[in-house]
Amino acid sequence: MFRILEKEMLTPTICRMKLEATRLAKSARPGQFLIVRTDEKGERIPLTVSDYDAEAGTVTIVTQKIGASTINLVDNFNEGDSFADVVGPLGNASEFVNMAPDELSEQSFIFIAGGVGTAPVYPQAKWLKEHGAKVDVIIGAKTADLLIYKKEMSEVCDNLFICTDDGSEGFHGMVTALLEKLVIEEERHYTQAVAIGPMIMMKFTTLTAKKLGLPITVSLNTLMVDGTGMCGACRVSVGGKMKFACVDGPEFNGFEVDFDEAMRRQTLYKEEEKAALTK
Amino acid sequence: MALGFEEVTRGFSVEEALNEASRCLHCKNPRCVEACPVRIQIPEFIAKVKELDFAGAADVIAQDSSLPAICGRVCPQENQCEGRCVLGIKSKSVAIGMLERFVADWSREEGYEGKKVHAENLGMKVAVVGSGPAGLACAGDLAKLGYDVTIFEALHEVGGVLAYGIPEFRLPKDTVLKHEVDQVRKLGVKIETDVIIGRTITIDQLMDEEGFEAVFVGTGAGLPKFMGIPGENLNGVFSANEFLTRSNLMKAYRDDYLTPIKKGGKVAVVGGGNVAMDAARTALRLGSDTTIVYRRTEVELPARAAEVKHAKLEGVKFAMLTNPVEILGNENGWVKALRCVKMELGEPDASGRRSPVAIEGSEFEIEADTVIMALGTAPNPLISRTTEGLDVNGRGCIVADETGVTSRPGVFAGGDAVSGAATVILAMGAGRKAAAAIHEYLSK
Repeated sequence: MFRILEKEMLTPTICRMKLEATRLAKSARPGQFLIVRTDEKGERIPLTVSDYDAEAGTVTIVTQKIGASTINLVDNFNEGDSFADVVGPLGNASEFVNMAPDELSEQSFIFIAGGVGTAPVYPQAKWLKEHGAKVDVIIGAKTADLLIYKKEMSEVCDNLFICTDDGSEGFHGMVTALLEKLVIEEERHYTQAVAIGPMIMMKFTTLTAKKLGLPITVSLNTLMVDGTGMCGACRVSVGGKMKFACVDGPEFNGFEVDFDEAMRRQTLYKEEEKAALTK
Repeated sequence: MALGFEEVTRGFSVEEALNEASRCLHCKNPRCVEACPVRIQIPEFIAKVKELDFAGAADVIAQDSSLPAICGRVCPQENQCEGRCVLGIKSKSVAIGMLERFVADWSREEGYEGKKVHAENLGMKVAVVGSGPAGLACAGDLAKLGYDVTIFEALHEVGGVLAYGIPEFRLPKDTVLKHEVDQVRKLGVKIETDVIIGRTITIDQLMDEEGFEAVFVGTGAGLPKFMGIPGENLNGVFSANEFLTRSNLMKAYRDDYLTPIKKGGKVAVVGGGNVAMDAARTALRLGSDTTIVYRRTEVELPARAAEVKHAKLEGVKFAMLTNPVEILGNENGWVKALRCVKMELGEPDASGRRSPVAIEGSEFEIEADTVIMALGTAPNPLISRTTEGLDVNGRGCIVADETGVTSRPGVFAGGDAVSGAATVILAMGAGRKAAAAIHEYLSK
């Protein structure tokens, strides 16, 4: 059993939990994810790792209430309760963790974080900052109330930029417009972009990056069952080849990802998910 | 009446078992034993059944097999013991599989635990990776020898393919599988679920940091294959692994479990092995109109004869000599049909089976909204990629000798991870051989 040590609502629908998971905490790296099965009857839910502490043996997850399983996870599990299973870390660590220190010091990253996708950006930015790279972060959300991790992120990056679709905080507009503004108008130079957020946001950010001639990595949040390469539910087309997001990813070169197919595949169980909400 | 998920094949009653046992001729040179991958002393255990000494029969089987209730149910007996039975030449072979199952089920129901072994604790730790047939058998034998054994399982359930692959209607989980796992636990074997070796911790860490002196890798062959034809990423195309994992491991067939699964509609299952039959019969039970699509004829179907028979009786349709060339989708990207070609059998290939050849201009469509690919599986590369000095071959299988010795000292391997997808009994046999090899290695 995996105990929930802390629980905090970041917005009315986004929840942060610190979990006891000793082995996982020791081996987690930036870019990886984990799977939670709340209880005997629950799904295996892939979730982002937003922090980990090897010494304390804890990992932090951030979950948005979207379907029956995530609503169950957020509403019915509290501090002191335990999840039946927490397994990971899954997927490959971000490519930059293999870079040499002198190579890292020449890198200038721009992260584009959308909604709940802001949480997994945090450990990446933190790792890069600790290892001498320059890091800027854009956090985007529909409206100011939905922004998460502003304070935490500001502590691990050089420049934090906020944007909201409705202009209630920061730049008024989409993350893509802000990215263009930073690169073209403000002539900021970046060597690598990383976008994590809703599939549609990663698609358009990739299009913008392409226009700007900026290499971009995206982290794909596909459907999954086991998360270990066994089922193939997470398959995506990358560079025209079939890849499994769980073992080949989750991070891929954005230019090579077939986003339209990936978005279509995310809707596979829409009917069943809708039915589950009314159960 | 709608088909359920309860076990289909009823076991023998005592009377039926006695009748069947009395048919055995007790051949001087029993061909059945030769044909058994683990050489169970078949005539000997059948003789005990005849004498009503079921405990004695269980003891005979236990000398060579640690999973009789499972093997009695899932072994391809017609290609092994029963296939070589002398009686089978003129009439019907002795139903050895059913007798094995009878003895194992009797032991479970009567609480007979077999001869007790009291091994001296050797104070040495051995790690077993994977809790499928190979891992369970290896762990059981090592514990009997006095080792301190821990099994690491990546999933949340114990059993490997027995848990995620083989359906409830062929292998009941809460009775048969759970009992076999409990037997291994009773020997003192510890089982840690939710630990993915190669991700959560590596083999090197197990040996260097956690004090394991040897490791057995029995990680199976869990990586699904696809055909490489257009349309395989359309919505509605699943690997058999995904479909079966949702149903078996996640219990998606039950309304009270949260994992979704596609129910109803028209399902085409591509492939002809046991996994294809399991997927087809599962789809049927979920209310689907189900067709097996296979490129050779019924004679070449690699599935157990009993599974093919049940699939047919239950209403699965069979499209033989049919090979998919493309999966067609509708305007929203969902499967609408399988485009196939008709095949004919040509010259025998390396395996001795006549290879199917496409008939030109024979293309036609099979209407389907779900396509399940059951084309076999390959070993998962996670362990080989993260273990220094562990050699794999071109098919991704770990290179190991007869006894499980790999290129890496202290690391042994067996089962599907070495052979590629095969059978439960071969994996169990490999696990036991490796246990003996580990004992030899650690006794030096």
